[in-house]
Amino acid sequence: MPEIELNLISGRSIQQGVSMEAGKEKPAYTKACGIIEMDDADFKRLGAWRNTNVRVTSEYGSVVVKAVQTTQGPHPGLAFIPMGPWANMVISPKTYSTGMPTFKGVPVTVDVAEDEPVYDSLDLVRKACKGEI
Amino acid sequence: MAKIISDVVCPFCGTLCDDLEVKVSDDGKEILEVYNACVIGTEKFLHSQAEDRLKVPQMQDEEGNSKDVSVDDAVEYTAQMLCNAKKPLMYGWSSTNCEAQSVGHEIAELVGAVVDNTATVCHGTTLIALQDVGVPSCTLGEVKNRADRIVFWGCNPAHAHPRHMSRYSIFPRGFFTGKGHKARKMVVVDPRSTDTAKMADLHMQIEQGRDYELLSALRVAIRGNPLPETVAGIPRETIQDVAETLKSGRFVIIFFGMGVTQSLSKNHNIDIAISLTRDLNDYTKAAIMPMRGHYNVTGSGQVLGWQFGYPFCVDLSRGFARYNPGDSTSNDLLRRGEVDAVFVLGSDPGAHFPISSVKKIAHLPSVCVDPHFTPTSAVCKLHMPVAFVGVEEAGCAYRMDNVPIETRKVVDAPEGMLSDEEFLKRVLTRVKEIKGVA
Repeated sequence: MPEIELNLISGRSIQQGVSMEAGKEKPAYTKACGIIEMDDADFKRLGAWRNTNVRVTSEYGSVVVKAVQTTQGPHPGLAFIPMGPWANMVISPKTYSTGMPTFKGVPVTVDVAEDEPVYDSLDLVRKACKGEI
Repeated sequence: MAKIISDVVCPFCGTLCDDLEVKVSDDGKEILEVYNACVIGTEKFLHSQAEDRLKVPQMQDEEGNSKDVSVDDAVEYTAQMLCNAKKPLMYGWSSTNCEAQSVGHEIAELVGAVVDNTATVCHGTTLIALQDVGVPSCTLGEVKNRADRIVFWGCNPAHAHPRHMSRYSIFPRGFFTGKGHKARKMVVVDPRSTDTAKMADLHMQIEQGRDYELLSALRVAIRGNPLPETVAGIPRETIQDVAETLKSGRFVIIFFGMGVTQSLSKNHNIDIAISLTRDLNDYTKAAIMPMRGHYNVTGSGQVLGWQFGYPFCVDLSRGFARYNPGDSTSNDLLRRGEVDAVFVLGSDPGAHFPISSVKKIAHLPSVCVDPHFTPTSAVCKLHMPVAFVGVEEAGCAYRMDNVPIETRKVVDAPEGMLSDEEFLKRVLTRVKEIKGVA
């Protein structure tokens, strides 16, 4: 299967804010933040349909999220995962002596992972801490 | 008959909207409707009424199974954990009031903890930059009444601060801005065509992470010096156009967000953004302001500042206050394994820290004090549910422009539920007993 390279940023979205306040254990939070927003051009390069589960991998980890068409584009080559535990599985924890991890501008690879599940926030964090994923 | 409580302050983001109206039931126990708030603020008020809300502290055993414990047990565990640790981390503080923060700091001083707030993953680099070069800033009232050139750099208020543009920055008619948005020019700098950018007069779709270059280029353009054909993916003519737009304004305000603080270059991006603001003051009046996220992260910086002299990552483990971002900051401490207990109040590092840091929390004695059950609760040994500050508790909070606002209580917390401040006071009393400093 093809694998594409993208530049990843994370940040807020209004759905992230609403679902966060409604309870991070609820499915709405996973639906809002367990996603990667990509351009049409990047979907074509990946050879994937929209709303397919994909594995996002960086030097620092990997996570399965649902690939969705971006609504705040176009931005070919750039991918966006809303702030939350899914993004934090792959962002760079390096702070370069400032205390601030590098939440924006992390090189990632994306490949199709149709059969793999997108875990909810509590499961994701628990499994990652136990070394199960 | 239901009654309406007016002038309610929203405890979601740093905009701290103070014009909400909340309809509560006759007996004053239930929130029925929330008016004037954005969709996120509304959700925060309504979620406090959730039927599945946790009301009893929960303790995890070795296998991760939870069992209910009493509040007394929760106080005891927290006090013992903090007293037994050599260097505990006390993190969060941004979703609670200044009164609770102050009590928390007293505990931190007694147990020799590191106190850090969410600025560490938000505007911590801004605070470093402010200390490096100073800051020409203003209040949001001045923005509303005077600003006719608005820049949003690396921020997306349409999503993160939903009422910012309608209350203060773009749409309102102020004393000297009677035409509202019609007389304002809006510039957005963002690598994405965000919903904020789509509203702008000028959108500079910058190449991600090249903020420093573009800010530099704007400084050059303002002086009228030559530029290369493109900088950070933006054509020279556009940069010159933006420079002229800013110079021709009567009052320029630059709002900036995580796009600047979390990209590489970090505090240096803000240094030069402040320098650009200073340059603009040669031609017109200009100010710059960070878009603070949590509703009282600014207050946490203030209270830490009054008490210890530094706005975040204050290390009290040596008996006096030390401040050294990169050393005494939460993620660096956790990743290096330099803390031996973690106390979290008013934030959610489980969801918002890199997973390498969360893994460290999961393997340490840990307490999470939060009205919600969060990914932090999922990995902490003790979850202590408390009342919602700003909904079930009043108290002081600081808006993003450093203006303190007294939040209001609209309903009672469930019976027997403590506020952050009450819980901390009980822990403080127990810590004093253990330490023998009555």
